Amino acid sequence: MPRQVNIPMLRHPTTVSYAVCGGPDCIQSVFWKDTNGVRGPIYSMDGIHDMGGMHGFGPVLPEENEPVFHAAWEGRIFGIAQALGPHGIHNPHGMRSAQENLEPATYLGSGYYERWLEVTERALLAKGLLNREELDARAAFFRDQTEAVAPRREDTDLRQRMLRAVYSHRSPIRDSETTPRFKAGDAVIVRNLHPKGHTRLPGYVRGRRGVVARFYGIHDFHDALPAGQSADPQPMYNVRFDGGELWGGSAEPNQSLHLDMWESYLEPA
Amino acid sequence: MSSTHHGAHTPQSPSDPELRVKALESLLVEKGLLSSDAIDVLVQAYEQDIGPINGAKVVAKAWVDDGFKARLLEEGTQAIAELGFGGLEGSQIVVLENTPTVHNMVVCTLCSCYPWPVLGLPPAWYKSPAYRSRAVSEPRAVLVEFGLELEPSVAVRVWDSSADVRYMVLPQRPVATEHLTEAELESLVTRDSMIGLALANPPAAVT
Repeated sequence: MPRQVNIPMLRHPTTVSYAVCGGPDCIQSVFWKDTNGVRGPIYSMDGIHDMGGMHGFGPVLPEENEPVFHAAWEGRIFGIAQALGPHGIHNPHGMRSAQENLEPATYLGSGYYERWLEVTERALLAKGLLNREELDARAAFFRDQTEAVAPRREDTDLRQRMLRAVYSHRSPIRDSETTPRFKAGDAVIVRNLHPKGHTRLPGYVRGRRGVVARFYGIHDFHDALPAGQSADPQPMYNVRFDGGELWGGSAEPNQSLHLDMWESYLEPA
Repeated sequence: MSSTHHGAHTPQSPSDPELRVKALESLLVEKGLLSSDAIDVLVQAYEQDIGPINGAKVVAKAWVDDGFKARLLEEGTQAIAELGFGGLEGSQIVVLENTPTVHNMVVCTLCSCYPWPVLGLPPAWYKSPAYRSRAVSEPRAVLVEFGLELEPSVAVRVWDSSADVRYMVLPQRPVATEHLTEAELESLVTRDSMIGLALANPPAAVT
């Protein structure tokens, strides 16, 4: 009984009410109220972020002597988003999933760190840690008081925790009794999956034939799962595809594509 | 990338990202949800410490030390850790060797996956829809836009990083560099050569 009432295409939807799914393939109830902007994600599904092979975005434009951050605010939102990590505001599916849940027009119309800002704001609002009125009022204050700066607070523990996060090694390989189903050289077909939630399986390889190139160990599975299901870590492979298998007659000569895939994406060819 | 702001300007609207971020930071700090110095060290780490110079040291060492190169290609994460590099977005780094017959390049079609400990944060073009959409389907055309035209006989392998593994390219050592020191070789290694969008610079670039 999915029911869609309204699609918000605005940066700050103020009256939104729609789309609650209740079927067996439902990832999570998509819930809406309004007023505060946002209460939770839509599905990411096969979203605008899945860009591999799309046309129309024009040439790639490198920038000479590009700075790490183009403006101070980009660095601040980068740091804010990282430092908020311990609060788990994007749980359970993470910040990437939150970005994929942005309305397509918002996703494409925003710069990279604008998306970070957008999803951080939305998650804090959704968790009730901030409200729209105080955010807007404070932004208006800084517009009018151009000399004013954000207040400072030091926290040695949090600072050290961030430094450890940046510099510490954490292996993604999990101890597991799982026996990998495939080995290097095995022919595989990518399952034609269209999950209604976060996935790391790009659309352009679904249903395509490839060959296992490498085995990377047992990794945590990052796709969103239906409520009540939990994924055990799975074997992680690198699979090679010939260009012609993916792009047909449009493929460039002597081209192949390598993609990392969890075992549940694959079946024997 | 429509609204990246360059240089100084005076924000007029509260919806300006600069004002929104300032508002966000001030409220989060006031409420005790995060601290100013935690943000500071994260910015400083990637502006001042972690960047392509790390990867350049890895590459130069691989060019002069066959044992290290073998370890790098076999177990990239561990070999890179020998030089003291590792951490966030680098939990499993795989190094791909470019040769006269094989050219590897790296993309993240779904997002912006990138080996931070060796290359720092990704450049804007790497995160752009143009690169993410085209690198997988017409890599040679993209390489030409970067000034690199490969012979049809060279195999082009595109690595779309979408899970936890991060990829770095080991570019070919330029010819006529036998006389250079490891430090001089480092200066030939560009960021783009470690993504697979360029060759390392020729030694003429060193003076």
